[in-house]
Amino acid sequence: MEFFRNTNIDFLGKKWYFLSFSLIFSVAGILSMIFWHHIPLGVDFRGGTLVYVKFAETPNISRIRADLDHAGLHNAKIQRYGDPVNDEVVISLDLKETSEADLSKGKNQIIAALETNPQQGKEDLNNSDKIGVAEVRSKLVERDPLHTNPEDYDRVARQIMDYRNKNAGGVLKNIDELKAVVPGTVVDSLKQDFYTSNFGVKGADIVGPQVGDQLKRQAWLAVIFSLIGMLVYLWFRFELIYGVAAVVAVFHDTLITVGAFSLTNKEISLTVIAAILTLVGYSMNDTIVVFDRIRENIKLMRREGLAEIVNRSINQTLSRTILTSGLTFLTVLSLYLFGGEVLNGFSFALVIGILIGTYSSIAVAAPMLVAYQDWRSKKAPGMAPIPAPQAGKGQAPGGKGQGTSGKGQTPAGKGKVRAKV
Amino acid sequence: MQKNLLTKSAVIIGILLVFLYGIFGLPKGFSGDALKQAILGRIHLGLDLEGGLHLILQVMVNDAVNAETDHAVELLKDELAKAKVAYADISKPDPANDPGRVVIKGVSLDAGSQLRGIVSDKLNEYDLVGGQDNTWTLTMKPSVQNDLKTRTVEQSIEAIRNRVDQLGVSEPQIQENGMGNNQILVQLPGIDDVGRVKDIIQSTARLELRQGFDNASGYDSEQAALAAHGGVLPPGTVMMHGIAGGNDKSDRVFIVGRIPVVGGTDIRDARPSNDQNGRPNVSFNLTAAAGNKFGAFTSAHNEKGTDPNHFLAVVLDNKVREFASIRDEIRDTGEIEGGFDEQSAKDLAMLLRSGALPASLHYLTERSVGPSLGADSIRAGVRAAVFGLAAVLIFMLIYYKGAGINADVALILNLVILLGFMGFTGSVLTLPGIAGVILTVGMGVDSNVLIFERIREELRNNKAPAAAVDQGFDRAWTTILDTHVTTIVSAIILFFVGSGPVRGFAVTLTFGLLANLFTAVFVSRVIFDSILSRKQRGEALSI
Repeated sequence: MEFFRNTNIDFLGKKWYFLSFSLIFSVAGILSMIFWHHIPLGVDFRGGTLVYVKFAETPNISRIRADLDHAGLHNAKIQRYGDPVNDEVVISLDLKETSEADLSKGKNQIIAALETNPQQGKEDLNNSDKIGVAEVRSKLVERDPLHTNPEDYDRVARQIMDYRNKNAGGVLKNIDELKAVVPGTVVDSLKQDFYTSNFGVKGADIVGPQVGDQLKRQAWLAVIFSLIGMLVYLWFRFELIYGVAAVVAVFHDTLITVGAFSLTNKEISLTVIAAILTLVGYSMNDTIVVFDRIRENIKLMRREGLAEIVNRSINQTLSRTILTSGLTFLTVLSLYLFGGEVLNGFSFALVIGILIGTYSSIAVAAPMLVAYQDWRSKKAPGMAPIPAPQAGKGQAPGGKGQGTSGKGQTPAGKGKVRAKV
Repeated sequence: MQKNLLTKSAVIIGILLVFLYGIFGLPKGFSGDALKQAILGRIHLGLDLEGGLHLILQVMVNDAVNAETDHAVELLKDELAKAKVAYADISKPDPANDPGRVVIKGVSLDAGSQLRGIVSDKLNEYDLVGGQDNTWTLTMKPSVQNDLKTRTVEQSIEAIRNRVDQLGVSEPQIQENGMGNNQILVQLPGIDDVGRVKDIIQSTARLELRQGFDNASGYDSEQAALAAHGGVLPPGTVMMHGIAGGNDKSDRVFIVGRIPVVGGTDIRDARPSNDQNGRPNVSFNLTAAAGNKFGAFTSAHNEKGTDPNHFLAVVLDNKVREFASIRDEIRDTGEIEGGFDEQSAKDLAMLLRSGALPASLHYLTERSVGPSLGADSIRAGVRAAVFGLAAVLIFMLIYYKGAGINADVALILNLVILLGFMGFTGSVLTLPGIAGVILTVGMGVDSNVLIFERIREELRNNKAPAAAVDQGFDRAWTTILDTHVTTIVSAIILFFVGSGPVRGFAVTLTFGLLANLFTAVFVSRVIFDSILSRKQRGEALSI
């Protein structure tokens, strides 16, 4: 089976289409970043409070909003989260409502607001953040429903918490439910100290402003350092212009991906930054495969001009490019579709990034080499058409007879050393 | 050729077994559950999958500097008094932002040499600069201040570790977060009672015994306390809020000695116990030296003596927890009462035993993942991984037929090595880590595609199968190397710059790519060679 065989598409001839395509998406993204949604940052970077709440029955969003409003949390955002059958919502407060001095204040306010029937003198077995094995054990030891020694209540308390966390998915509908794992007398004793609300907090992210700024700086550093690292490696393996072209292509991908987040108003979290760095690596991969072929073909096709060589190289690697991208796209799509809410932003970045990364290695990086050469020969006619890449499998230096530029020729000694790699 | 192939196959099978051991160890059985248990014993799940608490704390290192300079101020006052040098005022102008600076006012130039002598003698960690108008500035040396801050962070980490150990959390991670930010990262898997744990970590647990003044019940408000002394507190005293102890839990104001008789580091032991009514309380013992000091103090100030201020204030984290009349000399034991239940008495005793924090802590980040949220993520991640892997495996079989088996074997072996590696190194699998595994599958297949496409090209140029395979691998190798190095470069940067779950992603991606260099190039080649060695001359290759 084969999808592509001896294709001969004139990619460079379509450069104006490519340029306008890239410009449209980049500019749309930039405009959105400046005037519309800006860069929507996740709670990691902007700070704030996110509380994941699971309800015992289908949550009534307007009721939740009313409860939060009543408690003074007027700007809380409420969204359904995950699979609808799980009855989960995520409630978020922005940084203004997240106090640096008392970080979990917002979370506790949300819990208090949702408590619709708090019982005096008892604790909420689903929610109080003081409740764990230790507290349940302590209360059981005090009541001593099994008339046994305190150590035995360790196991009982553990069973109760395990049942709540695993079997009940974090929320007990009522305390009687626990009869499934512990004796009735224990359940009766629990009822004297605890009650159950109709919701449970499954998790929370609370980030103060200081850490957000710190992470923002780290994320910038990560992106910039990895671009520099790659530039240096390509400079060493090929030539500076190859490195520059690849980095420009990758920057183009990053810009469009971040633009896509801005346009769709999806939040950029720490894991999205990881995804962006991955796509930087991935797009670089694609570009290198094409560049490698160009390097090889420059030596084989002495007569043809660079434009032709580049075109041929792209065509020769097209089958591989499309296949690999297609397969990686398949796995990433599987992540996007089945990977759950937490990985949603991550896989969205990769879905966009792989499409753009594949496109850019064909439509941005390779044409840049040709554009650079055109510019060079216009500036100084008679120069070498392109700095021939240094690495080669012991072949003769490229660009022979086409110019006298020192860069155009590969020192034989260097070529030998590189050939080992 | 045959023998060479056998050796290579043996190497591959050996590696496969080693890494399978890395994943499973020696499982107790081969049922699904036993294998699952075996994997979880080797590959640890991150907080986002297992559930737990992730905290970043800021150590308020200025607290420690302030404590040190407070001490220096006291010492200086004593020494100046001893040397009979007059001064107008010694104070810290900005303790919140510049805790290392002390300003001394009203020491004339004539007395300057005496002041210098005291500083160089007793306070050699400080620089003294003379200014105008008889004002002098005493500054803690920057190097000393930095050392003190570093030490404070280290001591805080140690104290938190002691506390967490007593909570019985398995595999806690407590370390400095970033460089020079004076932050601590705490990761506690499997925590339910987030609030209680946070309180325990943050509690400074600074227990002090101070002299109490006036009367046993304190005052209703600060104004009332001041009014009782005509608007000015007696020298050497401060006001503190708290409870009187016993059944009265209302907020009271007390006048207590400014300098504690006994400080936080003087506690030898503490344990939960019960008062005479059987209510839980906490009793503690003092070290021998502190016991002597406390004994001398209580024999001088008790009901039998003449001092009307014969009260003892038990102060915990700057809140009075107990305020009572001293009946007789007490040597080295004491009790704290005031509304404990069994658990909170145990927690406080544990805190006192584990030592006070040298500075207060502020929470900067709190992430809690409930165990059920983690379980959802595992399910989603594993489902995505299985679907992604299956799609790729099936596609390769259809598109490359015989050679597709090669790619599939290489890919599966790649996963085995990756997971085995994680098992051996004790790496933690996070949700982004699972994404890294999936991405490894996607990128791992790239090397196979590169090689196969190259072989097909060579075959189209009418090369013999063996030569085509040879050329295909040879030509594709440079490209594969370049692509892997660039991606590993970005993964390594991600590891060093990133934090938490992102690091897990960088780790799996790097291991996966390294494994891929081996499987896609070496293993796949061996399979090709063994197929070719069995083929007749001129027979076509299935690719």
